Amino acid sequence: MRDLTLKRDWIYGWLLLLPALVFLFAFTHIPAVTTFLNSFFSTPRGRRPAKFIGIDNYERMIGDPVFWKVLWKNLWYALGTIPLSVGLAIVMALWVNEKLAGRSFVRMAYFTPTVLPLIAVANIWMFFYTPGFGLFDQITGALFGWPASNYLGNPDTALNAIIVVTIWKEAGFFMIFYLAALQAIPVSLKEAAQIEGAGRWTIFWRITFPLLMPTTLFVCVNAVINSFRLVDHIFILTDGGPDNASALLLFYIYEVAFRFWETAYGATLTVALLVLLSLLAIGQFFFFDRKVHYK
Amino acid sequence: MLKSTFLKAVAATALSLSTWASAQAVDLQFYFPVAVGGKAADTIQELTAEYVAQNPDVNIDAVYAGSYQDTVAKAITASRGGNPPQLSVILSVDMFTLIDEDLIVPFDDYLSTEEDKKWIEGFYPAFMENSQTGGKTYGIPFQRSTPVLYWNKEAFKAAGLDPDVAPATWEEMVEFGKKLVKKDDSGNVTQWGVRIPSSGFPYWLFQGLAIENGAILANAEGNKTNFDDPKVVEALQYLVDLSTKYDVMAPGIIEWGATPKAFFEGQTAMMWTSTGNLTNVRTNAPFDFGVAMLPMKEQRGAPTGGGNFYLFKGASDEQNKAAVEFVKWITAPEQSAKWTIATGYVAPRAETWETETMKAYTADFAPALVARDQLEFAKAELSTYQNQRVTGLFNDALAAAITGKKDPATALKEAQEQADEILAEYR
Repeated sequence: MRDLTLKRDWIYGWLLLLPALVFLFAFTHIPAVTTFLNSFFSTPRGRRPAKFIGIDNYERMIGDPVFWKVLWKNLWYALGTIPLSVGLAIVMALWVNEKLAGRSFVRMAYFTPTVLPLIAVANIWMFFYTPGFGLFDQITGALFGWPASNYLGNPDTALNAIIVVTIWKEAGFFMIFYLAALQAIPVSLKEAAQIEGAGRWTIFWRITFPLLMPTTLFVCVNAVINSFRLVDHIFILTDGGPDNASALLLFYIYEVAFRFWETAYGATLTVALLVLLSLLAIGQFFFFDRKVHYK
Repeated sequence: MLKSTFLKAVAATALSLSTWASAQAVDLQFYFPVAVGGKAADTIQELTAEYVAQNPDVNIDAVYAGSYQDTVAKAITASRGGNPPQLSVILSVDMFTLIDEDLIVPFDDYLSTEEDKKWIEGFYPAFMENSQTGGKTYGIPFQRSTPVLYWNKEAFKAAGLDPDVAPATWEEMVEFGKKLVKKDDSGNVTQWGVRIPSSGFPYWLFQGLAIENGAILANAEGNKTNFDDPKVVEALQYLVDLSTKYDVMAPGIIEWGATPKAFFEGQTAMMWTSTGNLTNVRTNAPFDFGVAMLPMKEQRGAPTGGGNFYLFKGASDEQNKAAVEFVKWITAPEQSAKWTIATGYVAPRAETWETETMKAYTADFAPALVARDQLEFAKAELSTYQNQRVTGLFNDALAAAITGKKDPATALKEAQEQADEILAEYR
């Protein structure tokens, strides 16, 4: 009798899980496994079906200069965007957490980049960067008499120009998490420190910042994933050019899979991206998770 | 009583008639892209609706599928999913890709009569170069274009040049350009001589230079490129020299999208861009402008560009026949004239230019004729098997040379080696 009830509970439990499981498998696990399997086959063309080629695709990836270039660019992009956008997010959150006039307006202004569609935003930024009559050239020309500069068309500055757009976009988003975290910190801690005679700087470094560490971990994991995932603005601003100077890994995957229609090689690159992201996320959670909690 | 029975009978007959009619109607799905402005989409929808109204036995579902890139992606994905469109407009240069993917059928099977053969011959040969291979016709030219040179007559006058004469040769373009460059007090350039955009797909306009120098970038079988031909290297050197040696063009990569605006704002006195921009320039240029063929070196020359109609596999015989009839209708003179006037695309058949509508249009606006006249010198747009990838390599090489990261000869030699590697399996 008891066994029967248990069994029924068990069935009931699985039935409850079923819808979520179906979606999880259909949209996450099966595609991931298929991608992995595809990476060992050649690209099927209408006239030539896929055939097993072992690790040829991986060998090609190792020998592909463009792959190394975009990987290197992506690391540079991550290093350029993450610290700055997270740092800016903290500063902005502290600022709008204070009791200042027009606080909700400032909060909204900071959050605006997050809600705007990135493609539309990229179009606007493209005209900021346009040589000659773009906003930046108008300003630098009027103030300092600088000549027109081709930020997006120069391989040395193209990626940096994109980094600026990304920071502008990401900082406002991360600010929301920090703002929530700041509001969860009990005021009594700050008051106690003030009674002890601690200054604002000490309070920030000794109390607020350590209490924000779990949020920082969360934000950093997101920021790392985003830095490998944000590509939409590249399509508009530079299309990966000139000569792949602003192409990132995911952009390259798109190009290989949906422009060159080399789906097998695209799958191989996707596996590389998945491995890379998993390693980064595991690393962050396992090594830093223990250190972030305030004891 | 009698009345109601009668009504029922009428209703039943009407119902069965209408089901009979719709069972007879051929359903076609038709994907089309839009590369310039919003008006093209409306015009295609209007034309399709007009055809369906005249031919009740055909239903055409015209689907706007985004850019050319999106359209080919959608068509390939839909075909792989077993649900291909019956008809689609896709870049003419994607012909080899579509053959390689085994997605399209040639038009020849549906064009058997003498009249049909004449119809094919009525298209400009320059457009057919990208539409036929191995003796078969896979594409029917529709929204086709070619690059032309636009010049600002007022800027020419201000620089002491004849406002009605465009540069006819490479030397003249440099010579005119030097006179047209204007600088402010601190030495910054406020007006460049010429603008040849190079973002995204630099190969297209560059191909104009290569053809003018007597080079053909790829063979007609689509399995061999000539990127490292000395004439190609020379053409690329000229393009680079325009900004580094002659100082008549802004350095670095030049944005496509911003080029018409730069022209309107007086940032450049001449620009190379698609004839598809003609209506845009006509509407927005605040000055008198001229349109000319691209300047010559050994010969005049320009690539063609734009999209063709393709028939997809998986359609029934009946659907393919209906699709071919529709293509014949929409490329016929009156429809084609409407399309050309609305967009600036070059009408692909000579007879269109003989219609009263087109005559009236060109009498009023002669620059529209330049693209057509240039077709005599135009060659196929660069197109090979694995086209996107091969063209991508070539684009990267051009970008590296334009931005000074590699010299033209090295960049092109590397691109040729990589292209050879890819194309070897198709020879």
